[in-house]
Amino acid sequence: MSHHVFDSQASLRISQLTTGYQRRMIFDQLDLPPLPAGSLVGVLGPNAVGKSTFLKAIAGMRPAKGDIHLGELALSSLHGANRMRHVGYLPQTLPQPTSLVAYEAVASACRAARAELSREATDSLVEQVFARLSLHSLAFRRMDTLSGGQRQMVGLAQALVRQPQLLLLDEPTSALDLRWQLALIEGVRGVVQEQQAICLIALHDINLALRFCDQIILFAPSGLLATGAPREVITAEHLREAYGIEARIESCSLGHPVVLTDRVADSAHADIGHITRDAGARR
Amino acid sequence: MILAALSLALLLAILGDIMTGPADLALSDLLGELINPGSHGPINEAIVWQIRLPTAVMAALVGAALGLAGAEMQTVLNNALASPFTLGVGAAATLGASLVIILDVALPGLPPSYTIALMAFVFAALSILAIDAVASLYGASREVIVLFGIALVFVLNAVNALVQFVASPDALQQLVFWTMGSLSEASWERVAIIASVLVVCLPFAMRRAWALTALRAGEDHARSFGVPVTRLRRTALLRVSLLAAVAVAFVGTIGFIGLVGPHMARLALGEDHRFYLPGSALAGALVLSLAATASESLVPGLVLPVGIVTSLIGIPCFLALLLGQRRGQG
Repeated sequence: MSHHVFDSQASLRISQLTTGYQRRMIFDQLDLPPLPAGSLVGVLGPNAVGKSTFLKAIAGMRPAKGDIHLGELALSSLHGANRMRHVGYLPQTLPQPTSLVAYEAVASACRAARAELSREATDSLVEQVFARLSLHSLAFRRMDTLSGGQRQMVGLAQALVRQPQLLLLDEPTSALDLRWQLALIEGVRGVVQEQQAICLIALHDINLALRFCDQIILFAPSGLLATGAPREVITAEHLREAYGIEARIESCSLGHPVVLTDRVADSAHADIGHITRDAGARR
Repeated sequence: MILAALSLALLLAILGDIMTGPADLALSDLLGELINPGSHGPINEAIVWQIRLPTAVMAALVGAALGLAGAEMQTVLNNALASPFTLGVGAAATLGASLVIILDVALPGLPPSYTIALMAFVFAALSILAIDAVASLYGASREVIVLFGIALVFVLNAVNALVQFVASPDALQQLVFWTMGSLSEASWERVAIIASVLVVCLPFAMRRAWALTALRAGEDHARSFGVPVTRLRRTALLRVSLLAAVAVAFVGTIGFIGLVGPHMARLALGEDHRFYLPGSALAGALVLSLAATASESLVPGLVLPVGIVTSLIGIPCFLALLLGQRRGQG
């Protein structure tokens, strides 16, 4: 039984994506260029532009119209467990602190919607993901004794364990320290390349995205601003328009580009009220 | 292992329960009678087979039903305070049953005890539907569900009090005794009904054990694994109303078993629902069995209502257990 198709054509194509809330349309007929298999795609943008909504709409966790194709598979026509068989979605919230041990939590994520998996197959999948993320030391600790960051890593393991073709991670680094941020990104990169999966990852750390992502999707308050290779998307001009900040992109001593933020852009003061009002309207 | 130990403890508790009662019965006589019915004279045979055994088995089954109901409820509502009696399901079942007793409702072709059970179930199911609607609208967040459940308990208790206020003295006496929780009305017929409800509910719950375990990560997380959370919650709550209704209909109000059973199981077994669900049922059965024994032996010659004993003895033990555990962690 193969969990994933090694098909170089299995790109993610999103077209005419429309979703929003009762009072406010978030995306209207959004079209994106195809995202090739094996790529790690950073989803960037300021607060309340709809990064979470975007990921939830693709995951099928909220109502949306439009076409989403994963290779030959029409993802947008699948629902519930059938859709989630191909998608690993990690919500922004951390897994709850329960009396389950981490191993049980990850095994249940694997078996919950796939009763047909044997005990051996489950154990092997769980084993692989714990090895991949170097979480062995946490395996038999109760979730309510783990720190927020550790629980976030267990949450990631829950999303990865079923080896889905499409990974949607909503700010998976929010509770992680520097070392675990790197461990997470490297772990995810490894999975994406080995399984020729596609990962969309919402991030706040622009430098992390610049350094590790293959592609960037940048949202501004006005909507989709740019997509493409990190060096092309992350420019001073785009950052000013998306985040309302003045920033420089410089080379570090290893030759990698680094974003240095200086101050809030002059024209951005009016936007802050706009952003907080929108954030309020979303909940 | 722990499940086996729980089962053994339950078996011993049931034996102890059978041994205690107004008439003395030695263990050897009891065992002899159980193995070889009628061998110790017709009086012992009647005491064991017609009175003690159905009562003891009933206590264990009702405890199991309430323990299982509490466990499922706590998981699908994501709330350690959920149980049939803390969120108004018990009170609703009580109201349904009270109405039958007070109004002397008779459904054609149905004996009174079945009518009571049926109406208890209908009312319990209605309260469950309300809780499910609230959970769907606002998400199963802790505060809203608990506030709604508490409001439901108060409203239903007020209506129950109103029903008792207008009741005739005869019906009132029956009601009051019944709201204290009593095993004295046990019969093999009732044992069979509760047993069949358990036999139906437990396997269905066990089939969803993985999904229920996954739900402990949180509603969003469970959805992202492909768990149909809304349907899972609805079917689990339907089982809860069935379990709570038969328990309430046949033995009256025995609170806290549905709260204590799952907590004991969680402390002993953790929350992998393959073990947690049967563990909660066993723990509930064990606690009610012990409470039944205590209710027969605390005051010599008098059987206290078991509901009172459960609360008075069970709660301090439960608190000691819980607080001890918390301190151990800290």
